[in-house]
Amino acid sequence: MPAAQPAPLTLVPPAADTAPRTIVDIRNLTLTYQAADHPVYALSDVSLSIAKGDFISLIGPSGCGKTTLMRVVADLEQPTSGEVTVNGMTPEQARLKRAYGYVFQAPALYPWRTVERNVMLPLEIMGMPKADRQQRAREQLDLVGLSGFERKFPWQLSGGMQQRVSIARALAFDPDLLLMDEPFGALDEITRDHLNLQLTRLWLSTRKTCIFVTHSIAEAVFLSTRIVVMSPRPGRILDVIDCDRDLPRERTLDIRESPEFQRIAHRVREGLMEGHSYDD
Amino acid sequence: MTTKNMLPVAVMALAVLVLWYAGAVWLNAPTATDALNRAGHDWTTADLIRATLAMKRPILPTPDQVARDLYTSLTGYPVTSIRNLLYHTGVTAGAAMAGFGMGVVLGVALAAGIVQARTLESSLLPWVIASQTVPILAIAPMIVVILGNMGFTGLLPKAIIAAYLCFFPITIGMVKGLRSADPLTLDLMRTYSAGTAQTFRLLRLPASLPYLFTSLKIAVAASVVGAIVAELPTGGQAGLGARLLSGSYYGQTVQIWSALVMAALLSVTLVAAVGLAERVLVPGGRGGAR
Amino acid sequence: MSRSNMARPAMAPWPLVMLAAPLLPFAMLDGAALYLPQIPVALALFALSVATILARRLPASALGEAVLLLVGVAAAYAAPLVLLNQGHALAQAGGLWLYLAGATLLLWRVLALLAGVTGPARLAGPALFGMALVLLWEILTRGFQVPTILLPPPSLVATAFAANAADLWDDFRQTVLISVLRGYLIGCGAGFLVAILADRVPFLARGLLPLGNLASAVPVVGIAPIMVMWFGFDWQSKAAVIVVMTFFPMLINTLAGLQSAERIQLDLMRSYGAGYWRTLAMLRLPCALPFLFNGLKINSTLALIGAIVAEFFGTPVVGMGFRISTQVARMNLDIVWATIAVAALTGSLLYGALALAERHVTAWHPSLRKR
Repeated sequence: MPAAQPAPLTLVPPAADTAPRTIVDIRNLTLTYQAADHPVYALSDVSLSIAKGDFISLIGPSGCGKTTLMRVVADLEQPTSGEVTVNGMTPEQARLKRAYGYVFQAPALYPWRTVERNVMLPLEIMGMPKADRQQRAREQLDLVGLSGFERKFPWQLSGGMQQRVSIARALAFDPDLLLMDEPFGALDEITRDHLNLQLTRLWLSTRKTCIFVTHSIAEAVFLSTRIVVMSPRPGRILDVIDCDRDLPRERTLDIRESPEFQRIAHRVREGLMEGHSYDD
Repeated sequence: MTTKNMLPVAVMALAVLVLWYAGAVWLNAPTATDALNRAGHDWTTADLIRATLAMKRPILPTPDQVARDLYTSLTGYPVTSIRNLLYHTGVTAGAAMAGFGMGVVLGVALAAGIVQARTLESSLLPWVIASQTVPILAIAPMIVVILGNMGFTGLLPKAIIAAYLCFFPITIGMVKGLRSADPLTLDLMRTYSAGTAQTFRLLRLPASLPYLFTSLKIAVAASVVGAIVAELPTGGQAGLGARLLSGSYYGQTVQIWSALVMAALLSVTLVAAVGLAERVLVPGGRGGAR
Repeated sequence: MSRSNMARPAMAPWPLVMLAAPLLPFAMLDGAALYLPQIPVALALFALSVATILARRLPASALGEAVLLLVGVAAAYAAPLVLLNQGHALAQAGGLWLYLAGATLLLWRVLALLAGVTGPARLAGPALFGMALVLLWEILTRGFQVPTILLPPPSLVATAFAANAADLWDDFRQTVLISVLRGYLIGCGAGFLVAILADRVPFLARGLLPLGNLASAVPVVGIAPIMVMWFGFDWQSKAAVIVVMTFFPMLINTLAGLQSAERIQLDLMRSYGAGYWRTLAMLRLPCALPFLFNGLKINSTLALIGAIVAEFFGTPVVGMGFRISTQVARMNLDIVWATIAVAALTGSLLYGALALAERHVTAWHPSLRKR
């Protein structure tokens, strides 16, 4: 069942047990910038709406605009045209209201702060009293399985642990939306499997809405309720695949051997081929 | 320089010029007022400003006065004349280059020793660093006097001081550079069972070149400083430092400024020459090593 | 990583050259050559050195061997000093010099053993190296009767130091405590503040950076005579030279430091809705600290140089530069060397204090961190 629908796509939120509410709404988004001699179409007429509680993966080859799309949602990048709302606000309002937590490709922890004080950083900026900050930080570190490491410095931790700290930091101020830009891209596969499992449990227990950028098909299928397949030149959405219908919400690593999983993975790959992602 | 920086730099240069002229008027005004009062005529503010900008012995000479002095000095006399600033620049440049050469040899040798012998690193390196906390320029007159007593005069004492200032950045940069070879490539050399000398020549040395040239640029500027300061105690014979000293003795401010401008030009030229050598010698153009 | 448990490398045979020492004269007294058995003190010291070499395998650790061999080295360094104090002449004492050469090679072995040691003992290597340099300086200048005009022995410098302590203190106060400190604080402070201003106004930064790079290539110290002419003989002119010399290194280092924060860390602050000053205080200044310390360290040396050179062009009759230039003219080189020792000590202490502060404040930095 190859997906040949042309972009743009506007999607109906999937039927879920709670009443779905749109949290991120993207309409006809275009972003071009001027490179040395020619304009680059980073995003071309992209539309997408994300419901509360969704776990959306953006997948596609380098240059397909998946990171750019997420950065626009986070107000780290300005679109050329089109409209984005986050919780009904503009991205800038949402950013100033701290509506989302952002996890970068690298942990981006401050080496001069202890693990605990790193998690407390956003709370400090928001002006939370010190005692509350500490308690909140401890809770979050517990949630990502890092109790007992509060007083360590980030560089005393392994790469996987550092990335968990950065997730705890993103969750610390309890945002509705979690934006993750290839958070496990730099980790080895075994660590990545382990963190995928932790992340899906975390998502189930906190019911945050997640947008997740990845290069890995298996990771996308394993984590997502929906997968958005993108392609470059110009950056656009090719296909949106619903995983929730065929895969259970609670997932374990062995689900990856199931035929349903394989079928979805196959469809993602087909979508990528459609976009000539394997050409060069 | 990129075109993007042209405007800010031009504005900055203009600001410096304007401030310079304003400073000249301000600093020279008291003396000029005295002179005008002594002359006995009535005078206006315009007269005062004109006077401040054309004094014989100004507190702060104007850029055009310095430029005119440079021009007459460079074109009015043969290059071998003691009145030609180019002659003095040549004397200083000779000492600086001799010192630079000695500094490079010493600096590279120390770095090679430090990288090859662990003992040297732990016991010598701290003293190399400590040697730079000694205000060497304080010793400059000493060395000149000592070597003068031993019968060495002229270029050598100045070169030694220049070398002392040069060798340090070269040693530090070279140690960093010689260590900059990727551990994987070092392992590769080991799989070829290359000897220490071969690894040094084929891997460590080429890897260190970008660092070496970054250090050389700092060192060549330091060598000019060393040569000039070493000329201060020789008592006004030849060289840009001697011009500074005699200018300060006789209140010839224009002469001081001309010597300073020539010193700056000399430094910038030498640094540019090292940069050019880097472009030619380092494959892949300018290295970004710090 | 302690090496004390590892097998110690075999000793190179070079220190054994000292065994040839008894064959040559050990000292001269009233024109007659004396050999080792004729001088009981020297014999005892020599025997001690040889004994430590023979017993070097007895201690269990590298540190133990180093301490033992050090005793042998110390005996060898003491020998010429004792002989000199007894009135012996050493210029033609080939045996003694062989002994000393062997001991110096033995010191190399000690330093090699100490190179692998960790903990506070790792400071022993450089300390011993420095002490050996001073002792050799003393022994060689006295042994070969180098004219004090050329190079006075350290003991003479120390005597001059003690005899002129009051003058040296006045010089120190005038040059360091008054000129250097004020100029350094003003210069570094101004460089820092202008860097922050330039950071806010990129146009200013783009104009100032090339100027700063130019200034780093130019012998700025040459402005000393001009500053003396403008600001007079007292501390103001010295401080002015220092301000000009230290301003640009601080400016360039601060600007580079402020730009050293990574893009994603800046994005993170932006995602928290943190403003300019907050980002500056919580992210960019901590990131800039290693650069700031770099600038401060470079400037500590520059400041001392600036003050002393400016004093060559005129001072009230006190100050380290003044002392050096006047005493050189009178050939009182022991006082000159004492002043240089003060300057060197000041420079080292300033630098050391900054390095210590850096180690304390930026312990997180990759170059300093320990797991």
